[in-house]
Amino acid sequence: MTTQRTLRPQPRFPEQDSHHFWEATKQHKLVYQTCNSCHGVVFYPRTHCTHCGSLNLSLHESKGRGAVYTVSVIMQSRHPSFKDLGAYPVAYIDLDEGFRIMSTVVGVKDSVKDIKCGMKVKVRWEDQGQGGVSLPLFEPA
Amino acid sequence: MPQRRDAAIVGIHEYPLRVVGPGVSAIQIKAHSASKALEDAGFSWKDVDGVFDAGEAPGGGGLGISEYLGLKPTYIDSTNVGGSSFEFQANHARAAIAAGKCNVALLTYGSISHSERRAIGTAGPGGAGIPTLFGNMEDTWGMTLIAGYAMVKQRHMFQYGTTEEQFANISVVTRRHAMRNPEAVKAMTDLEFVGVKEITVDDVMESRLIASPLHLLECCMVSDGGGAVVIASAAAARNARKKPVWIIGTGEATKYRENGGDITVSAGAQSGPIAFGEAGIKPSEVDVLMAYDSFTITVMCMIEDLGFCRKGEGGAFVSEKGRLHFDGHLKPVMNTDGGGLSSNHPGMRGIFLLLEATRQLRGESTSQARNPKLAVAVGNGGQLGARHATGVTILAAD
Ligand SMILES: [Zn+2]
Repeated sequence: MTTQRTLRPQPRFPEQDSHHFWEATKQHKLVYQTCNSCHGVVFYPRTHCTHCGSLNLSLHESKGRGAVYTVSVIMQSRHPSFKDLGAYPVAYIDLDEGFRIMSTVVGVKDSVKDIKCGMKVKVRWEDQGQGGVSLPLFEPA
Repeated sequence: MPQRRDAAIVGIHEYPLRVVGPGVSAIQIKAHSASKALEDAGFSWKDVDGVFDAGEAPGGGGLGISEYLGLKPTYIDSTNVGGSSFEFQANHARAAIAAGKCNVALLTYGSISHSERRAIGTAGPGGAGIPTLFGNMEDTWGMTLIAGYAMVKQRHMFQYGTTEEQFANISVVTRRHAMRNPEAVKAMTDLEFVGVKEITVDDVMESRLIASPLHLLECCMVSDGGGAVVIASAAAARNARKKPVWIIGTGEATKYRENGGDITVSAGAQSGPIAFGEAGIKPSEVDVLMAYDSFTITVMCMIEDLGFCRKGEGGAFVSEKGRLHFDGHLKPVMNTDGGGLSSNHPGMRGIFLLLEATRQLRGESTSQARNPKLAVAVGNGGQLGARHATGVTILAAD
């Protein structure tokens, strides 16, 4: 199983909300926020709580374990970064800490048949090269 | 609460071509359709005092389209929520008319998506322009619009046991209706469909996967096209050429990716009950359902979330013999024009739902239901399962 390394579109900056999330990936840390007022989980990152509007949030590190919520295997994409790759999966992963992230699932034989809703997965980092971010991919746990 | 009848659809036009070629622009389609819809209503250019425009055509928008058409509206609404923009606009037009802010509202749509070879849903991330939060969290994964819908279908099959066969039934009935509509047949011919004919469940399941588990024959076409709708106050409607089609219930809502959220439930679960409550009717009374069919899963979610059946039971509902077909014995008939799957989808299909619902209540459809009295148009814009907006417009014959 090989995964492509540098072809994917990379997050671009300045982008104030996702900056700390991607900075943390350089240390292979998957971070999320919770609200100090209502204790809700906030993700994607914000400077406010999407549940109650509070501006008082805490940052946490996830253990990187969860389950596939749903998945689709894209058979063909016209985007230059993906068009030569053939079929590739895109999935929503529900992390055990209660947040949902878009990612991909690697380490299976047949993406269409072998990635199932509810399947347990864990994070696998894919470094994007010198000084760059690292992408949180997921593989069967 | 008594049913209100303060605004009605009095004029409609569907632009007949799905492949316009290089000589026609999107905004010309809008102007052409506006002229024809006003003619259908028996109204003139100067009767229009309300303009609704999603800004989808270059040069358009509430202000741009007014100048281009040569109208001087005293009420403007530029709502754009993707494909459901026209249900939202019809609902807003009705509210504006009820509040006395305008008398004759004009909604237009024009697109040359096919001729421009704009790939709706297959292109994936843009990776250009000013970075955004959503782009930075999603673009790297190569997500496409079709895959977004496919993820909802995947989860629907997992959560409720809905089968591929059940989803395929939606494509089958829609194609059957399309084959009865000469404009849809011409569309499929001009767009070089492989086999312009009725299709079977097996045809759908054996068509190639685009984004698993969605097959080619579960996906809408990419066409050119457009249309227009004229909505008038009760007083103005009395002067129209044809019987008014009353707007008796309206609802709108949004939904988006949420931690722990159920992506099989659309914003229609919120906007549907609002509209039905206002109309004072039940889904079981509806004769004609025009459900946004960007993909089969979109239809499945709209049927369930508006309450035509319980959540998760849409698979059985769409497979029941005599249901959805224009000549079936069970209500409602559905997508009798041939839908986005087989007749017309230039990117924002919502206006065609209003057009065919109106044709049905007037008795003008090519797959005419028997004497229908109530129709529902439910548009879904954006991306099902991620950020989307579902607008519901309930219509009644005079
Ligand atoms: Zn909070």
